[in-house]
Amino acid sequence: MMESSAAYENDLNLKATELRLGLPGTTDDEEETAVSSVRTYKRPLQEDTDHEKCGGNGKSESQNETSPPSKAQIVGWPPVQSYRKNNSQSKKTESEPGIYVKVSMDGAPYLRKIDLRVYKGYPELLQALENMFRFTIGEYSEREGYKGSDYAPTYEDKDGDWMLVGDVPWQMFITSCKRLRIMKGSEARGLGCGV
Amino acid sequence: MSEDDERQQCPPSDLEFVSNKARNCNATGSGSGHPELQSVYLDQVLENVLENVLHFLTSKRDRNAASLVCKSWYRVEALTRSELFIGNCYAVSPARATARFARVRALHLKGKPRFADFNLMPPDWGAHFNPWALAMAKAYPWLEKVNLKRMSVTDDDLATLAELFLGFKELVLVCCDGFGTSGLAIFVNKCRQLKVLDLIESEVSDDESDWISCFPEGESHLESLIFDCVECHINFEALERLVARSPLLKKLRLNRYVSIGQLYHLMIRAPQLTHLGTGSFSPSEIAGQGDQEPDYVNAFAACKSLVCLSGFREIIPDYLPAIYIVCANLTSLNFSYANITAEQLKPIISKCHKLQVFWVLDSICDEGLQAVAATCKELRELRVFPVDAREDSDGPVSEVGLQAISEGCRKLQSILYFCQRMTNTAVIAMSKNCPDLVVFRLCIMGRHRADHVTGEPMDDGFGAIVMNCKKLTRLAVSGLLTDKAFDYIGRHGKLVRTLSVAFSGDSDMALKYVLEGCPQLQKLEIRDSPFGDAALRSGLHHYYSMRFLWMSSCRLTRHGCQEIARAMPRLVVEVIRSADEEEMDDAVEILYMYRSLVGPRTDTPKFVTIL
Repeated sequence: MMESSAAYENDLNLKATELRLGLPGTTDDEEETAVSSVRTYKRPLQEDTDHEKCGGNGKSESQNETSPPSKAQIVGWPPVQSYRKNNSQSKKTESEPGIYVKVSMDGAPYLRKIDLRVYKGYPELLQALENMFRFTIGEYSEREGYKGSDYAPTYEDKDGDWMLVGDVPWQMFITSCKRLRIMKGSEARGLGCGV
Repeated sequence: MSEDDERQQCPPSDLEFVSNKARNCNATGSGSGHPELQSVYLDQVLENVLENVLHFLTSKRDRNAASLVCKSWYRVEALTRSELFIGNCYAVSPARATARFARVRALHLKGKPRFADFNLMPPDWGAHFNPWALAMAKAYPWLEKVNLKRMSVTDDDLATLAELFLGFKELVLVCCDGFGTSGLAIFVNKCRQLKVLDLIESEVSDDESDWISCFPEGESHLESLIFDCVECHINFEALERLVARSPLLKKLRLNRYVSIGQLYHLMIRAPQLTHLGTGSFSPSEIAGQGDQEPDYVNAFAACKSLVCLSGFREIIPDYLPAIYIVCANLTSLNFSYANITAEQLKPIISKCHKLQVFWVLDSICDEGLQAVAATCKELRELRVFPVDAREDSDGPVSEVGLQAISEGCRKLQSILYFCQRMTNTAVIAMSKNCPDLVVFRLCIMGRHRADHVTGEPMDDGFGAIVMNCKKLTRLAVSGLLTDKAFDYIGRHGKLVRTLSVAFSGDSDMALKYVLEGCPQLQKLEIRDSPFGDAALRSGLHHYYSMRFLWMSSCRLTRHGCQEIARAMPRLVVEVIRSADEEEMDDAVEILYMYRSLVGPRTDTPKFVTIL
């Protein structure tokens, strides 16, 4: 993804004028494969009615072959075992595996799944949930929970208890959250009151 | 502990080439009475005597030699060998091993080649423990110890060990995978005589099983419990109770889910510990702000026998002063997960006069290494790991640190050093200052990087190492290297058993020098170097003496490897593709070949072809 946009930037910003059949806002998902120093990068042929992309392909490919080797991470080099890398950089989230949890919403016909590692904190998570299920959450306060809406985001923790989202520090939340449920109606209101 | 840390110059145990040397060992009859009966009786006596004597032979080197004397000695040695070491699980089958050795109490097996650790091989290549577990269950019901390295072990295998071996005492799994906490739960629960459970650098899947609670109630025989690699929460209360009822516990290495507060509680219950892995070494997030902090200094002071300290997985350096009191007695300190600075290291290392083994991150910089050199005069082994393991990262350690270590730590035997910059001068200095070096592994992380002061290749540095370090058995090279470096290795590296090569050399000559020049070479692993079929051919005289050869991303072709396979029937020649590649052209991505008594294995996955 990065390399194809770099190709576009170095050129005449053809992306702005490109004719595509995809929806606005969507980009082509090109998978990056690990590049070995000996094998040349071979992109699989893509069945695509996107004419501009053919030209783009050519440019991106040459971009890949001439890009400095130090940018592409060689598989298995330097020879440090992966558990050492993950531990030393435990604060950097790129190297960590995703935390996928199911999200259910009262009244919705099916569940969704999200990766908690993708979000940096509660505001992003709640925003994402609002977008996903098209509702508004309301304002969080320690005293009263989520005020001003019919919904309350809750989660099941490792002990099996249902907790209100937002009470504990973010890191603790993502490691203890097993699943999310967006409660609606009277049940939701009950949680927020200091009972 | 790698094999190169022991000295071995013996015929291999995994191949019986000299069975044609067998001759009967007959006693000379004295002539009186019936000569036949007489000689049979004397034979029996001799064998009994031999059996009793050979019981005392423990070194596998000596045992291998003894087994070659004659048929009688071979037989008796096979009866009395209680520790069986197999360096390549595919070199011999479980059936053959159990047929030869009748009374084995301890099994030590190694599986995958080392480069598998760096994702160079697709997963599920093999090295399954299962057939061995089943064979052992039939042949050695009194098996007590199993030590596996780079093998695939399943939960069922763990259950087998616990259920079918009533006296099972020790399980050591190094760099293994394929099992999870539910397998551990069954294992610890059924294994009533368990003394040692060491999980080292292994991948344990989180089946959400509370395995710590599964240890049986009552006093335990546990002497060693190492689980620092287990990446899941554990039931601390259960662990505390377990430690409290394990009076013989000497080694305890916790994982990073144990906070420093919890560590305190464990330490005061187990002051007899000699080896401690501290877990996270930071407070848990739930700790209240106003809570009284326990007296960590006291806890460490109580552990008067502590000699080996590790852990510090999520260290808060403010807590480091707690360990000052044990530093004077430490022989081994592992800070390789602790991102600390030179300033944070100095007050600790300055007290570690007896330190022999030190593992650390390069965050301590050259300055930190200078501090090590100033105090640790007894240092035997040093490993410096990179915080940022990428080719183009900043390098906080360099030739300055290496030079300092060479000047301060004259007794150094083993070094692993990751860096971004190096000079020939520093490497040459180390070769002269540290003549006892047995293991020299230098990893200059930027590929093809020259001496950053002179711009020259690193040939002379590595050349000096093989010339001056007369005891060297293990070598890993890096940086810009021409064929000349390999010429040096071939000429002077006469004791080298293990050689690791990456992104080095100019031509086939380099590999030829090594294959023709190093008679003790056992394990050769090469990646991304310009060596082709002609070079491969030059080792034909030597491959039966080697445990394995690994070559990946070199210039080998299928027909070149086929030639080798045809010329050497006792060699298993595996051509391994990356999992998603189609079997198309003649180029060989990965060659892994090894001698074997039993021919090609039957459990190859579809990405492996045996030629």
